[in-house]
Amino acid sequence: MKPIAVFCFPGTQCDQDVLKALRLLKLPAERIWYAEHFNYKEYSAFILPGGFSYGDYLRAGALAALCSTLQDLQQAAQASYPILGICNGFQILCEAGLLDGTLQMNQHLRFVDGWAELSLCNSSIWGASMQNKISLPIAHKQGRFYVSADQLKVLQDEARIWLQYNNNPNGSVGDIAGIFSHSGHIAGLMPHPERAMAKWMGGTDGLFFFQTIL
Amino acid sequence: MGCQVMKKWLVELKIMPKQGILDVSGRAIAQALKQKAYNLEDCVVGKFLKLKIAAHKKEEALNKAKQMASEVLCNALVEEYTLEIFSSSEEKI
Repeated sequence: MKPIAVFCFPGTQCDQDVLKALRLLKLPAERIWYAEHFNYKEYSAFILPGGFSYGDYLRAGALAALCSTLQDLQQAAQASYPILGICNGFQILCEAGLLDGTLQMNQHLRFVDGWAELSLCNSSIWGASMQNKISLPIAHKQGRFYVSADQLKVLQDEARIWLQYNNNPNGSVGDIAGIFSHSGHIAGLMPHPERAMAKWMGGTDGLFFFQTIL
Repeated sequence: MGCQVMKKWLVELKIMPKQGILDVSGRAIAQALKQKAYNLEDCVVGKFLKLKIAAHKKEEALNKAKQMASEVLCNALVEEYTLEIFSSSEEKI
């Protein structure tokens, strides 16, 4: 079985949590350092974890989106490999043009940290077995998903809204917590599934996201 | 090997939120100022960048700056930019 690649940029902090989550499910996983080139065919899927790549300078995810690893990831995207962006990883995928929209400063300007109740709108290949209502930790300050009204309608019409907040914590348009691409292979979400992998963590709904990927 | 004479240009790039886009930091600053009895209608926060670019001609430097602005420095979904160019110095590179 080919390993799942977990990226690490300067300022990424959730890479080890994602690796542990994958290993908990006995899935092979490898960390890729941002400055390395890689052959996407050697991996089965790609995860961009959370954190604060490049200190969120310019815009969150904007500088990581320029890295050589992202150029290689564009090839994996074209070849329809599964790609998941979590929190800062979601921001990077948006900045790289692999997902629509952008993540702006939370409406109330505060960092939000806690558990969010989420509703599944449309199924993604990441979490195919997911229940309709799940609960995941959130931790972000730039998590307010924004697209124009026209783009929001496109996301709705094409059934590409993945997850919605039950109680919008940041002012995201359409209560959106996660979306996926036209092909469905590329998905991004602000909540952290890797932080909900065991009862002692407070919940196990994160398991859905990684269980069915290989 | 001959040296090409290139000029250095200074480009001042101003990036602002687009009209109608919620600027939460600007709103917070305006509220704080109003609380302190400063008289203002509104406040919008943007970014100001100085780019030094070497190029033979002004047009070439301007095009390079526009490319950087539109492809990387400004997110066209929520931001717009204006730029001004100045002749910085004449140097051999």
